Parts: sequence; structure tokens; C-alpha cells
Amino acid sequence: MSKKVLVFAEVRNGKLKSTAAECLTAAQSLTGGSAAQLHAVNMGKGATEHAAELGKFGADQVHLVESPHTDTYQGEPHIQAISQLVEKENFDVVVGPASPTGRDFFPRLSARLGAGLLTEVTEVSLDGDTVVAKRPIYAGKCIADVASQTPRTLVTIRPNVVAAKESQAGGKVEAFSPSFDDAKIARCTIKEVQAGKSEKPDLTEANIIISGGRAMGNSDNFKILHDCAEVVGATVGASRAAVDSGYAAHDMQVGQTGKTVNPSLYIACGISGSIQHLAGMRTSKIIVAINTDEDAPIFQKADYGIVADLFEAVPVLQKEFQVILG
Amino acid sequence: MKILVFIKHVPDTETRIKLADGGKALDESDFKYMVNPYDEFAIEEAIQSKPKVGADEVIVASLGPSRCQEAIRKGLAMGADRGVWINTEGVSDDSLDSLLVAKALASVAKEEDAQIIFAGQKAIDDDCGHVAPMVAELIDAAHVQVVTKVEMGDDKSHAVVHREVEGGMTEVYTAKFPVVLGAHKSLNEPRFPSLPGIMKAKKKPLREVKFADLGVGEASTKINGYALPPEKAPGKVFKGQPVDQMVKEVVGLLRSEAKVI
Repeated sequence: MSKKVLVFAEVRNGKLKSTAAECLTAAQSLTGGSAAQLHAVNMGKGATEHAAELGKFGADQVHLVESPHTDTYQGEPHIQAISQLVEKENFDVVVGPASPTGRDFFPRLSARLGAGLLTEVTEVSLDGDTVVAKRPIYAGKCIADVASQTPRTLVTIRPNVVAAKESQAGGKVEAFSPSFDDAKIARCTIKEVQAGKSEKPDLTEANIIISGGRAMGNSDNFKILHDCAEVVGATVGASRAAVDSGYAAHDMQVGQTGKTVNPSLYIACGISGSIQHLAGMRTSKIIVAINTDEDAPIFQKADYGIVADLFEAVPVLQKEFQVILG
Repeated sequence: MKILVFIKHVPDTETRIKLADGGKALDESDFKYMVNPYDEFAIEEAIQSKPKVGADEVIVASLGPSRCQEAIRKGLAMGADRGVWINTEGVSDDSLDSLLVAKALASVAKEEDAQIIFAGQKAIDDDCGHVAPMVAELIDAAHVQVVTKVEMGDDKSHAVVHREVEGGMTEVYTAKFPVVLGAHKSLNEPRFPSLPGIMKAKKKPLREVKFADLGVGEASTKINGYALPPEKAPGKVFKGQPVDQMVKEVVGLLRSEAKVI
């Protein structure tokens, strides 16, 4: 069996997100090897330039929606455009990233289309004619096998999990002009987007994360983590203890009531490893812990542990990274 | 005007997950439950919003078996005025999915004619974050998810809402009522119920609705089974050596063994 699949290729600030290639790669398991069955949709200004990239990862057609409504992300116009495109082209499955954008509008799209939604999955495939997937639940303590029970299915893929693979396809651009329901859109409109302080990838998309805990002592001390992060292109995170003590901003928090992250390398500095923190980072591929307390629970989850004062160890870490990457 | 809050009773963070029935189910016998942490921000924001918009009451609604009345009572103890319990006793968990739950909660929202609805942006057990946007769609209302700040408009018919997105960016929306808002951390500091609050909560009205009577249909997704993630092999811990040497060794291993640098 094979499905006709539409991938929502997310663009933020004019840049195509790396999740677009990840979603196209994941969607290959649903199309039964039929290249023509895989399409992408791109929204916003200047999206045409991304078509070649989407073609490289397997999109046969790229539907382009250009409208003032979709220049900046707003849920309702995205939902109107995609639901109309799904009806017109008769897609069986819509795949998108489990990013803040995807997690915002896919549930609403699911209710509009009456289509089952499998959220933040790490694998997706077909079992006969049924879309099935694996998704972590209970903060990664358990993996659930989930299945759609509706003719149409929506899927969001956890960022940074699927390794993107090139698979050249047409990448043919097709303009799509939805008929927007302005009254519905006017109920909730974007006023402004306030820029973040950091140019670094978000924690949820970062390949390397260096996090600090309560032992950082104050916000100024985070500078040593930022300096070290600079060398390896890492994003800096924090534990809830550090955030609640006012050492770091809430958007840096990893763990329960913060972000769930999946980097290749997670370096925990002065973090004891409470169950709430582990909830957000246990699926990291490699975990390094630096802590003065050798009984800290984080060492049980770490691939590599260093029992030492982070203020001594982190500057050395920075120097060693410089040596190895220089 | 009514403010409605959706809350969920979830297994607490410390819960150990054990499989039952060969992975077809979870062994819930040792589960201890609590109010979903994000829902506490929702309850607090609802209580604080009540005087700002001149609302008549704050209603806390939850769907689940008998135990979820404890969660509702906690919301009442914090200061909500009354509760609605959608009773799912006798309904198998496997036959419920988020779209069905949203349909059931949407029916309460319609019946109560709520203008402002708060919910946690997601529950920490299934980690879906579906219910708030789904309910908004089902009752034809606006929604904003992952809300970190709400300013109620003076006209009592809209709110300016901040939503946290990636990279520390914030999207600011103007949302007309009716609106469904998914509460995130940093929205407020949820209060602890006071002793008089707990006593009063026992007497506040709690209306029961039978899930089966709502006729919300069939689930759109299902869970076929569960597995535990593979156990990690014990790591290598370095101690008692000069810091320079230990760090150098670990960085070497990150390159040669783990191949992540």
C-alpha cells in the first residue's frame, strides 16, 4: 500500500528549517517508493527558492502559498491553506515538524479535517493500510505504538531524530491560492514577533547543548558556558533550579515545564539530574556530566562523567574543544 | 461572563512505568496522581483574570475516572467557583483519544457558554498538547498555545497574548473572545490552596456529566502497545585525577568512541 503525502516545510525568518528534510525523509516510508506521491507545501515570502532543496530530499511537487496572511506564521491561515490543499489534491497523510509551529496548528487541523493526529513521533510507517508510529510518552520513560483509525492521518515528527537522506525528485513548483476566510482569520491576528536574544539554534533543534544548574551560582557565571558553547556551536540550556533561582531565562529551561531536547551531545554542568530534568534530556544521544558530587543521579544517566568543579572543568573543556576542532 | 479551565489528573513525575499484559497495557497499580503542572498555571490565570474581565465565575472541568474529582477539588481550593466532572468510569482508556476528549470538553464549553477557556498547553503524561487547539476548533473560537503572558483588553472582548516559540522568540497575538489559551510556565506563580480554601472547596458545587451520554463517537487514533526504552549501559566516570587530564580524556572519547565531535 502507499499513501499520498503532503509535507509541511516550515520556514522561519526566510530560512527553510532543517525539519523539512527530516519530515520528507520520514515520509518516504509511507509512499511505497512512489516519488510522485510525495509533495511539500511552503508558505510565505520568497519560498520559491526552497523548492530545489525540497526536491533534493524527495518532494516531487512543491505547493507554494504566497499571501500576506502567511508571511508571518499565524495558525488559522495555515490551517485554511493546508486543509484546502488536502481536499484539492486528495492527500492521505500530512506530515510536519513537532516544532512550536507544528504543535500549534496540527491539533486544530486534525479537528477540522476529522483526521487522527499522531504527535511528536520518532518513527512512522505503514502497517498494511494503517499509518502507525512510535512516540515517547511519560517524558520518554515509555514508548507507545500508536495507530491512526481515520482515512486521513496527520503526523508531527520530533525534530533532530530522523537523519535526513537525499532522494532527488522533481521539486516542481505549483502556486496554490487558497480562498481565505478573512473573518475567521481576524479573530486571532499576530501583532508582532519579538526577537530572541540568541542567534543560536533553539534548544529543541540544537545538535550540542551545554546546560548549567544551580551550581552556576549566578547569571554572570553562565558566560563560561556561552564561551565554551561558541567553540562547538552549541546552545546553552539550564536546569529548572537555575531558572527558578533567576540565573537563566525560562526559554533556556530543559526538563519538565521546560523544553524536551534530543541533541547528539548534552553536557550537564553542575546539574544533579532530578527526575524533572531527566524528563527533558534523557533521549540525548550522548550525555556528559560534570559535577562535584559523585553520587549525583546525573552520573547514572551519563555516558561520560567527570567528578570535578565545573568552574575548573569548563574552561579546560573549551580549550580541548578548540584543540580538537581547530 | 464565564471562565472555564480544563485540567487533567496525571501520574506524578516520579512514577515508574511498568508494563502489563505483555506490553498491551501499563501497570497502573502504583500510580500516584497529581494535577498536571501546566494546568496549575491555567487555574491561577483564570482566578486572576476573573476580576479583570468582570467574570461571574471560574469553572474547573476535568474528564476521567472517579479520582479526577480530587484534581477538580484542588482547583476549587485554589479559588475556582464550581466544577464539572465528565465521568469516564467504565470507559476503557483504549477507546479514548485526544479528539474524543476534546469533543467531550467542547460540549461542556458550549453548554456553559464560556468566553475564556484556559488549559495547560500539554499534559505531562501523553505529552500531546492537543486538547486546547482542538476544543477551540470544535467551538469555533480563537486559540493561542504556549502562553506566557495575557493582558485582558479594556473592552472585555479581547486579550493580547504572548506565546513562546523557538530561539527565545515571542509571538504577540490579539485574540478576540471566545478564546482558548494553553498555559505555559512563567505565566504566573500558582498559589497553594489555603486551609480555609480546602474547607470551602468541599462545599462548592460539582456537576457530574456521564461521558457515555455525550455521544461523541469513535476515537481517531489508538495505542496498540507499549515498550520500555532500552537501558543505557553504565557510563565511564572519571574522578580523583587532575581536572585537565580527565577533561582531555573525555573530549578524546567524544571524538574517537562516541563520534559526536
